[in-house]
Amino acid sequence: MTSSEQRLAAIRGGVPARRHNARTIAALTGNPGCTRRAVLDGAGVDKPKLAERIGFPARFGQSRFAITRGNAFEAQLKADGGVELLRLVAERLGVPPGDRADWTDLGADDLADRQRRSREVLAAAVPAGPDEPAALFDHPLLGLDVAGRRVYLEPDLVAARLAGRFHVVEIKSFPVIDGQADPGKVAAAAIQSAVYVLALRELLTAEGHDPELVSHDVVLVCPRDFANQPVASLLDVRKQLLVLRRQLDRMARIDALLAAVPEDFTADLTAEPATLAAALSTVEARYAPDCLAACELAYFCRHEAREQTAALGRPVREALGGVPTVPEVLALATGERTPEPEQAEAAALLRAAARLRAEALGLPA
Amino acid sequence: MSTLRALARAQALAAGVAQPVATVRHLHLSPRPLVLVPLAMAGEANAPLAMLVGAAPDETRLLIVPQPRNRDQRFAFAAELAAVLLPYLDGHRGATEAVAVDRGRDVRHRYVDAPQLLVPNPAGITFLRLLGRATRFRRTDGEHPVHPSVPLLGRWLTFFAERAEHPGSSALVAMTDALTLHWATGQSAVEDLHLPALLGWIDPPAGHTGAEAAALAEDPARCPPAGPATDPEFDNRWLAPAIAAYAAAEADPAARAAAYAELERLLRDQLAPTWELMWRGVGLLRALPPGARVEGRWAGDRDAFTGYAEHLDAGGGPQPRRDGAVAAAQRLHRLERALTSCAVQRAYDDPLVMAEHRLAGEAFVGEVTLADPKRVDDSGKRPVLRPRIQLVTTEPVLVPVGAVLYSPTRPAQKARVVFVTPAADGKTEVVLELSGGMGRGLAAAPGSVPEAGERLCYTTLSEAFLPPATFPTAEETPRCPSRRPPTTPRPQLRS
Repeated sequence: MTSSEQRLAAIRGGVPARRHNARTIAALTGNPGCTRRAVLDGAGVDKPKLAERIGFPARFGQSRFAITRGNAFEAQLKADGGVELLRLVAERLGVPPGDRADWTDLGADDLADRQRRSREVLAAAVPAGPDEPAALFDHPLLGLDVAGRRVYLEPDLVAARLAGRFHVVEIKSFPVIDGQADPGKVAAAAIQSAVYVLALRELLTAEGHDPELVSHDVVLVCPRDFANQPVASLLDVRKQLLVLRRQLDRMARIDALLAAVPEDFTADLTAEPATLAAALSTVEARYAPDCLAACELAYFCRHEAREQTAALGRPVREALGGVPTVPEVLALATGERTPEPEQAEAAALLRAAARLRAEALGLPA
Repeated sequence: MSTLRALARAQALAAGVAQPVATVRHLHLSPRPLVLVPLAMAGEANAPLAMLVGAAPDETRLLIVPQPRNRDQRFAFAAELAAVLLPYLDGHRGATEAVAVDRGRDVRHRYVDAPQLLVPNPAGITFLRLLGRATRFRRTDGEHPVHPSVPLLGRWLTFFAERAEHPGSSALVAMTDALTLHWATGQSAVEDLHLPALLGWIDPPAGHTGAEAAALAEDPARCPPAGPATDPEFDNRWLAPAIAAYAAAEADPAARAAAYAELERLLRDQLAPTWELMWRGVGLLRALPPGARVEGRWAGDRDAFTGYAEHLDAGGGPQPRRDGAVAAAQRLHRLERALTSCAVQRAYDDPLVMAEHRLAGEAFVGEVTLADPKRVDDSGKRPVLRPRIQLVTTEPVLVPVGAVLYSPTRPAQKARVVFVTPAADGKTEVVLELSGGMGRGLAAAPGSVPEAGERLCYTTLSEAFLPPATFPTAEETPRCPSRRPPTTPRPQLRS
């Protein structure tokens, strides 16, 4: 165990690290500048429990209706051994599906065994000649290093030997209506699929193959319109791959991050809430309203940042000339505070804005 | 985000209550708007679960779908909603008024009133749009016939959803949008989408700050979400067992009635708080005096309503799944023109909105110090009346010499900038030459030329008519590879 690992274990309070999955890794790209988040996620702290312990519980419940629907759609698609899926994917990629396809179910109980089998089978599926039939792999188990720890990932499906490459296939139960889907959900699916692409590329690299054999185009399969008929779409995840790689690199350099963290920092869930809150405040966060949808600790950070202009949204902060806190903004606007030289322009704008508002509202300036 | 609005947010945070960003109401409010509060089933493609609907606070109708995954029940819900919505729409097809068109050479008629739909948030508009999409193509014959009112409902909902994209339209309005157009809160735009929190800031209960009220409103156990998405905790703990109980009671009419009543009670409890908030929002907006140009924009909504009613009367078909190339370009052009003209109208109607443009250097306010109302320019073929006025302003004047300005108090009059001269104490003198809006002849009509001592706003924003562009007809448009037959829409997803 390295010294960093020991420190991370101490931060967690000795409990095992919480496992990441594609969803949590995808969430890491949300606010890459936040040190607090990088340290807590790097250490594998149970953030939902931590948030609850300090009195700011996260609200990330999932309706059982949504879960049931997602599972039912996936089961429906895979029910015929992938015939329909293969046709859909091949059609979207613009290649003939061929008259047969290999369907390999890689689901099993033993994690290590599954990962070994996935590695062997996927590496063996690298296209050697043009005449081989397409192959579909159900629930392969891939691995990725996140902050020095191995994380297991389970894509819905990997298609091989279609259009000469591997394609990650992601099955989602949100509808595509007249060719359009909820942009937020598509974005989430794209970043999550990018995690799988990255893991699959690493697997091929480790086996001595060209990582570019894995396409950056992900096939997204969703229900079409209001029925259960599936429709496949292509998502280009190159941008997501870049963002993801940058954040994973940053978390891999956890030593550098830890250097900025006080020696006695703790996120041990057995500690007193007040101690935990005090410890958290010693590690810098970069709260933005977007965090509310992506990070379990967001309500705590929002409370802490309540006088910051950034908590009102980045556009607000920019429109206020980048002045960091609300009291400063108001003091500059009324002229009570003498601006720093670099704030002169912002202060003039704020004074003019305050004067115009007061005039239009009939208030004393 | 303008600096003025951003400052209002900062002031709201410090004051603990939302701050006004408008001095007049910028949308039309019907005396009887139809309020719709929809709930959708989680995980499904816009499957309706329940809705509270009505045109007055004490006129609630609760519609529920006891098994949202059942398509017959979904269309039964649509028929029930049609039974409320269609009579409401018909109630506005009474008296008409004559409108001169084509420079008075022709006349057309439009209804003197139009329906107005209000939903809690933009997601509510999306819900109605998708419900319209799910119903407008349905057939009343064939394999899965629906009630004849269902496709009609779909066409009207689609009409309203398209109208909601039209800047300045009040035909279908999200309450959160209407409120944030007039008030700035001490929270972010994302948080403003939550109607209970937004109203917590605008109208906090006695003894609470806006921030406290908003924090309380964020707890779904205390304050259910304003839909269409439900609270997952509610789904798992209450709704799922109640739906299961209803399904299990299939054979027993008494038990089934009891299970239905229980579902109604649960769903009403989730919807009722939002219903109250909707009418509180209506009350807050009603308390604002309407802007002078709101009626003109509402006339546009009345035109659109009349036009679509006539289209349906003439047996017109449903809106296409997708616009063709020309229709899409025309629509975009129409929306852009509406956006520009709505922004100008709001600034003309409201000094607080104009202040945003003053801060951006697109307008200034000054006092008239000199006026020469009789000045005649006789350098051309014919002498013309060209009065000049001089204004003194303390504001920075960023408009160049030669620019044409307008004043909201005399919108028909052009004012060309002749000189801009810095004066003492950081003030600026601006000389403007006026044309138009002064009557005929070489003497200005009384009051048409500003007099010394008047305080006036001049702006580059012009209310002048923007002529529509011309587009080729569909037949003249070359077929390009991206134009696919409408039966095989190709997904184009953006992330």
